Amino acid sequence: MNLSQLNPGERGTIVAFTDLEMSVKLMEMGCLPGEVVEVERFAPLGDPMAIRVAGYQLCLRKNEASVIIIS
Amino acid sequence: MATTLKIALVGNPNTGKSTLFNLLTGLNQKIGNFPGITVDKKTGFCKLSAKQQAEIVDLPGTYSLYPKSRDESIVFQVLADKKNSSHPDLIVLVADATNLRRNLLLYSQVADLRIPVVLALNMTDMANKEGININIDELSKRLGIQVVAISARSKTGLDALKQAIANTTTIPTQVNGTDVNVFAAAAIDEAKAILATDNDYFALQILHQHEHLEIYTAQQHANFEQIKKAHQFESSKLQAAETIARYRYLSTVLTGVIEDTGALKKFAFSDKIDSVLTNRFWGFFIFLFILFFIFNAIFSWSEYPMSLIEGAFGWIAKKGHQYLPDGMLTNLLLDGVVAGLGGIIVFIPQIAILFALISILEDTGYMARVTFMMDKIMRKFGMSGKSVVPMIGSFACAVPSIMSARNIENWKDRIITIMVSPLVSCSARLPVYTLLISLIIPDTKLFGFISMQALALMGMYLISIIAAVTVAFVMKFMIKATEKSYFIMELPVYRMPRWSNVLFTMYEKSKTFVFEAGKVIIAISIVLWVMATYGPSEKFEQIETKYAKIEMQKDSVQISTLERDKSAEKLENSYAGILGRSIEPVIKPLGFDWKIGIALITSFAAREAFVGTMATIYSVDNGEENTGTIRDKMREATNPETGLPIFTFATGFSLMLFYAFAMQCMSTVAVVYRETKSWKWPLIQTVYMTAMAYVASLIAYQFLK
Repeated sequence: MNLSQLNPGERGTIVAFTDLEMSVKLMEMGCLPGEVVEVERFAPLGDPMAIRVAGYQLCLRKNEASVIIIS
Repeated sequence: MATTLKIALVGNPNTGKSTLFNLLTGLNQKIGNFPGITVDKKTGFCKLSAKQQAEIVDLPGTYSLYPKSRDESIVFQVLADKKNSSHPDLIVLVADATNLRRNLLLYSQVADLRIPVVLALNMTDMANKEGININIDELSKRLGIQVVAISARSKTGLDALKQAIANTTTIPTQVNGTDVNVFAAAAIDEAKAILATDNDYFALQILHQHEHLEIYTAQQHANFEQIKKAHQFESSKLQAAETIARYRYLSTVLTGVIEDTGALKKFAFSDKIDSVLTNRFWGFFIFLFILFFIFNAIFSWSEYPMSLIEGAFGWIAKKGHQYLPDGMLTNLLLDGVVAGLGGIIVFIPQIAILFALISILEDTGYMARVTFMMDKIMRKFGMSGKSVVPMIGSFACAVPSIMSARNIENWKDRIITIMVSPLVSCSARLPVYTLLISLIIPDTKLFGFISMQALALMGMYLISIIAAVTVAFVMKFMIKATEKSYFIMELPVYRMPRWSNVLFTMYEKSKTFVFEAGKVIIAISIVLWVMATYGPSEKFEQIETKYAKIEMQKDSVQISTLERDKSAEKLENSYAGILGRSIEPVIKPLGFDWKIGIALITSFAAREAFVGTMATIYSVDNGEENTGTIRDKMREATNPETGLPIFTFATGFSLMLFYAFAMQCMSTVAVVYRETKSWKWPLIQTVYMTAMAYVASLIAYQFLK
């Protein structure tokens, strides 16, 4: 399952990334494997989404969230 | 003589780095460029002690030394190049204490470059409130550097920070946390030999991003490439491994140092605001309301100070003509310089209000939400949510906004944003709009409180936005994408704006406007006055003799009207008049006469010149005794052939459309050239915008007249 499939309020733990280049950026921003993420909300038009990770709020597009594999 | 220490402020975005910079340097700062690149470089001086002062440079905020955008690439360029004029003796790393681990990732990279570092933990008061306790002494011991708790917002810890800066030795003391040699030892060793350095991490960084650094020769670049090939150097993979290793190291450093007892508390407030401001239904409504509030404020709040300024300049001109000896020099001073100066100063209230409101939106964190809400729409038009900031910034001025488009990582998103930003109505058009609107729209209130003029102004801004997104949409299909676009961005928690920052922005932007735009406008005003006062001498002599003859025959009552006719005829035959006349056939279908034609020509240097030009032309036209405002003079202006007013609704609206679309700003052309590094883009931009302006004005005038 990937992050973009969660509903607001749901959580998951990051397991892996499917895109290497994107993973560098995401990890620099604190999205590390083992980290718990929670979906906060979606933008009024349904995309992008806001998530809580590593003690702060991050926003990213759904297609970017879909490279984050969670469990 | 005091010694000067060079200091660079480095840190993540939203850590209060700029606030700290303002606090340390006060008004003692200047904005320049980094050599060879056009990123704003803010430097300032700070007194550390009687014997020592520091030159501080504020580097762009970044999450990592691996840049994702052009702005961020400056950080490594300055830190890597010892010959760079901004290369620091000491780095102050500003970290947000409420999110320490992520902030320290950048620290651990910077520390490995072996430049002395002081760590400034900002927002420690906020962190304490949120239940985060940091053992500063232990952190300092583990990292091997001085760590100072500060709060830029409540101005605490600054003396301790200055003390720490003064105490820092020239030898780096930081503990080596992450051994980068495990990633690509052989490649690093070979790069070290070429670079003549013993710093592993520096060598590794150079291998990663040497192609963005202009300090190496072609031969060196080729060598680096060769090393990378020989050792199968996979940039992304190595960066990912390095990031994980660094976080692992930071986890050990922070264990027992940081105690978090209220992890989720800090979001409660922000979440509540977000559920309203980014609400599915209300979100856009509120955004539109805020935009209207801004335009209304620009109009209504500035009314009183503007009339004061107008009055003051009118008074100066009147008194000047009364007391100064008559003559060419007096006329040049009062009708050229003072009229031009008045035309600039009068817009300070509006510009200050606009920038104050924009900086409040940015400071509170609302602007980040706007990008969040707008991303999907902006993507439809070939841009990204991050284009919203340059676009909104373009309401103020396209030049800094086009530069701020560097934050957009994707090339295609960025180029489209750059291409359409000048269409968004900037503050230089504001004087043109306000002047023309006050001429053609009655000053009445709808339902008793909505000003018709404010509504018309908002209409002009809406037109400009519609034009910008339409052009963007067309360009989306014409420009080929070269890379993936992404939108990974921090949403900072809502905060009260820092009022000192707001005041600072108001002061800084007004000052820049007066000095930068002012220089051009004053120069144009003087040239224009000369051109409008003088003409081919033969023609002028003919007019003189003609009127001298008539004067002899008429009685004194008609002399005043005669004077006016004479100066009008003189203006028509002056160099400016000849120039205006020569383009009149082209602009007549748009409803413009040759006087407006002169303004159009001067406006190609800068739009603000319109009002000044009008002021100068009408001062010359009306002879010396006239002291009314430009607005009154323009309202009274009539077409000599028909006797009807020149500034009708059709002409006024057509003229506003022309100013809305035409590329009339040399600074923008120059900055687009610098940002895109080619003449292709500024050329395309100038042509498409001017063509659009002409067609729009033509249609508007022909339908409305």
